[in-house]
Amino acid sequence: MNFNNIQNLINTLIPSLPSWIVFMSAAIFISFFVINAVVMTGALTVWLERRLLARIQSRLGPNRWGPFGLFTPIADIIKMIGKEDIVPSTADKKIFNLAPIVLLVPVLLVFAVIPMSSNSFLGQLNIGILFIVGVTGFNTLAVFMAAWSSRNKYALFGAMRGVAMLLSYEVPMALSIVSVVLTTNFILNIEGSSLSALSLVGIVEAQRIPFFILQPLGCLIFVTAASAEMSRAPFDMIESESELGAGYHTEYSGIKFAIFQLTEFLAPVATAAIISVMFAGGIRGLSIIPGSISLIAKIFIIVLIFIWIRATWPRLRVDQIMNFAWKFLLPLSLINIFSQAVLLQIFLSSSSISNTELWIIAGINWIIAAVSIFILAKVFGHKGRAKNIPIPSPLANMEFKSE
Amino acid sequence: MPLKTEPVTINLGPQHPSTHGVFRLKVTFDGEQIVDAEPVMGYMHRGTEKLAEERSYVQIVTLTDRLDWVSSMTNNLSYVRTVEKLANIDVPIRAQYLRVICSELQRIASHLIATGFLMQELGTFGGTPLMYCFREREKILDMFEMLCGARVTLSYMRPGGLIQDAPPEFWERLKIFTSEMPGYVDELESLISDNEVVLARTKNVGILSDRVAVDASITGPMLRATGVRWDLRKAHPYEIYNSLHFEVPIGSNGDTFDRYFVRINEIRESIKLINQAVEQIPSGPIRTEIPYFFKPPVGTAFSSVEAPKGELGFYIVSDGGISPYRCHIRSPSFINLTVLKDLLVGASMADLIVIFGSIDVVMGEVDR
Amino acid sequence: MFGFGLFKGLLITLKNLILPSRLFTTHQYPDRKVGPIELAKFHQDWQNTSFLQFLFNNPIKIIQSLLGLISIKDRYPQHSRFRGQEFGWYENRCTGCASCAKYCPLGIIKIETSRSGIDLDEGQKYKVDVFDIDMGRCMFCGLCVEACPYDALFMGSGFEESKYFRQELNIDIDNLKNNDTKPSNWFRPQLEGKNYDPRGSGPLEWNQVGRHEKPSDTEQASKWGKR
Ligand code: SF4
Ligand code: SF4
Repeated sequence: MNFNNIQNLINTLIPSLPSWIVFMSAAIFISFFVINAVVMTGALTVWLERRLLARIQSRLGPNRWGPFGLFTPIADIIKMIGKEDIVPSTADKKIFNLAPIVLLVPVLLVFAVIPMSSNSFLGQLNIGILFIVGVTGFNTLAVFMAAWSSRNKYALFGAMRGVAMLLSYEVPMALSIVSVVLTTNFILNIEGSSLSALSLVGIVEAQRIPFFILQPLGCLIFVTAASAEMSRAPFDMIESESELGAGYHTEYSGIKFAIFQLTEFLAPVATAAIISVMFAGGIRGLSIIPGSISLIAKIFIIVLIFIWIRATWPRLRVDQIMNFAWKFLLPLSLINIFSQAVLLQIFLSSSSISNTELWIIAGINWIIAAVSIFILAKVFGHKGRAKNIPIPSPLANMEFKSE
Repeated sequence: MPLKTEPVTINLGPQHPSTHGVFRLKVTFDGEQIVDAEPVMGYMHRGTEKLAEERSYVQIVTLTDRLDWVSSMTNNLSYVRTVEKLANIDVPIRAQYLRVICSELQRIASHLIATGFLMQELGTFGGTPLMYCFREREKILDMFEMLCGARVTLSYMRPGGLIQDAPPEFWERLKIFTSEMPGYVDELESLISDNEVVLARTKNVGILSDRVAVDASITGPMLRATGVRWDLRKAHPYEIYNSLHFEVPIGSNGDTFDRYFVRINEIRESIKLINQAVEQIPSGPIRTEIPYFFKPPVGTAFSSVEAPKGELGFYIVSDGGISPYRCHIRSPSFINLTVLKDLLVGASMADLIVIFGSIDVVMGEVDR
Repeated sequence: MFGFGLFKGLLITLKNLILPSRLFTTHQYPDRKVGPIELAKFHQDWQNTSFLQFLFNNPIKIIQSLLGLISIKDRYPQHSRFRGQEFGWYENRCTGCASCAKYCPLGIIKIETSRSGIDLDEGQKYKVDVFDIDMGRCMFCGLCVEACPYDALFMGSGFEESKYFRQELNIDIDNLKNNDTKPSNWFRPQLEGKNYDPRGSGPLEWNQVGRHEKPSDTEQASKWGKR
């Protein structure tokens, strides 16, 4: 399915249309298709997450509606739509109603630039990665809009934490993208490709060996920062349900709450798509499997890992999260860029490029990653007692007759 | 331009996901920091002490079930021991052993709940460790169902013994349980205590000094976490605890992690206790028959046991009638809550929930 | 400190994900989703076929059960001592002594009796006219059952007695008479001795539930003849 193909199809069906109408109708057709597919994926993720979380927690999970409970999300959505849509009387109504949409749209926009095949429409956008960074930055605004307009102290607490966290994790995320772009640029230049190093197709093209092997540190930083950006465990500060009720969307109900929920479950899919394009080779894979299927498989695996992590790890405190961003991830990402630039300059300055050189770079990068994480953890890590040694108190320390 | 800030007051509760029932906490925040905290109790006041004045001595057993509903066995035990002391009733030796087995099982169940909910409050989504704890607790509740037909509101004990003897399948289940449980506890501990996030969230958070703890008459795991080796089972052995060997686990500096750590170790000790008791238990009667509306002599009695949450005591004044003249309950949850403000001021909002969870209170016992 | 504990935790959750023995003892209620093998077992009870035969005869059902579409009604497993709703009461055993009403902590049992003639052996007889239990307030403590000296009142084993209106929760004497009496074993060692299972076995008659067997005529004669 290609944008040009659809345009041609419309031209042959209804000849002599103005070209902008053809363009618009093709665009609407494609976005209709993509949005529906993505929303269905979101519903499926809800099912997957609930089932898998339940199974990890040794429960059964929803299994009543349809085969293995597959229709549970639909039942959920019908229930949500049927609920009363409450707007608090003190709320700022316009912003209150706008916030869910502002939160949902960027997530959908991300899917526009994901290269599902080598010639997908917006995948070749020559600033694709900048587009993603820019568009995902919107969620900060949406969270704050939702919280501020609903006039709820819990929501405000969630949003205050959220804005601080989301803004600080933008920095390491962008810096880890820089090293990806740097590597892509080097490799594309040597190959003599005409693709832009900022476009996602270009990044996929440059991954002779997947970037998560070539630069583990960058991948780690990106995954960490991205899970903070979508506020999943262990960074789910914004809606820490045991502390703040529901955080920024405490006051929402009905279909608006459903949109928040959908976004919450779509965000890992979008993030997984970005990660699999940037670090896992996107549509590259085994040659017998079609590219889009291997991309979907990668997305699926990454989403599974996200769910697994969410089921296992507790949440960090807000000051610890900020410390982690500024004292740990930021130095780490600077080390990453620096080492990557130096290595590329040393190994890839010749006009040809061989896989052995890339493997050597990868090896050195793994060593750098291990050493730098070790040192930073030593310097900034939590200095608690490693073992719990009981210390008897002198007060009321009873003497046992039997011992 | 100087920023103008002002403290925010939040009513945490009475409906809040992590207040363990209906508890209200008026907290004043300066940013994320707590500057003041004022607990408001009484949302679950059911007048247990007053109701007890109108019930016969046997009927009060059903009231004690509802004090701390995750450890009904020890509530029953504390109450019936007081009545036995008041009326000088002898308890058959088999009943004493069964009582100890039951209360140790209940201690495991209660500590599992405390640990699980602490983890839930730390933010594991959906509470994976909580579910693992519930899975093990479910087995204990199944055993209680075999003993007395109910899972939570047990009413298993009566003044003078127990309501009925354990069925044979109970002993088989108990054997399986005690052989499997240490493995699960080890697994739970390595899931929790090795986790860096848990360590960062709990170590040196909510430190309670031993001096304050003793002065405020804190008891139970919360006291032992501060390093004070005080356990009624050792200090004033009741029932047959004298003939069993066990350690009293203590913590080092009384922070949130220590409270969790003491609980996990107490689970291990409880399993040891159950094993010893099962080996030693004699056969024989399990109940001294006393009349239903028996009248104890005029006088007073106080007796307390080491409940999972601390020292649970009953003080009963008898005027010679069929129901007590006054029945006072010294509930550990209530007294452990009194240091809440000392722990909270200076902590952050996220710590509030964790500290409150680590105290392990049940609102039914706080408000009575 | 380096995040190893985090990965150890991941391994533990993975272990719990994979091992089937780590599942909760979840009882799906009121019906249970079954796989093909369990379905065949369930059908075997009344069809007497082997699994392969069953598979051969009902391929569609097997596919449906593989998709998780088939559920069977299941009995909720509970111990025979379970203290449930639906009290079991035997009119023939009850003397109208009202001990149960006296011992109930909530005072929700109401008993009215009237004289109904004189028995030459046992003296004055009473007929129970009213026997109301307000189940809406009952807490299933079982003290009433413990109190009954004539083994006339039993805890039930059911738990599915919810009603839409509070008044319907009042159990009166007709209700008690017409109930299927499947007494729980709670505080009734005589039933436990017979391995009676209220959820599996049928209802019991009044002369099957006593603590003692009915004495023979000669025994009675020797006992009462001395007077
Ligand atoms: S079970 Fe308890 S509350 Fe219910 S009627 Fe019997 S004595 Fe009363
Ligand atoms: S049920 Fe039992 S206790 Fe109640 S009136 Fe009848 S014989 Fe007496």
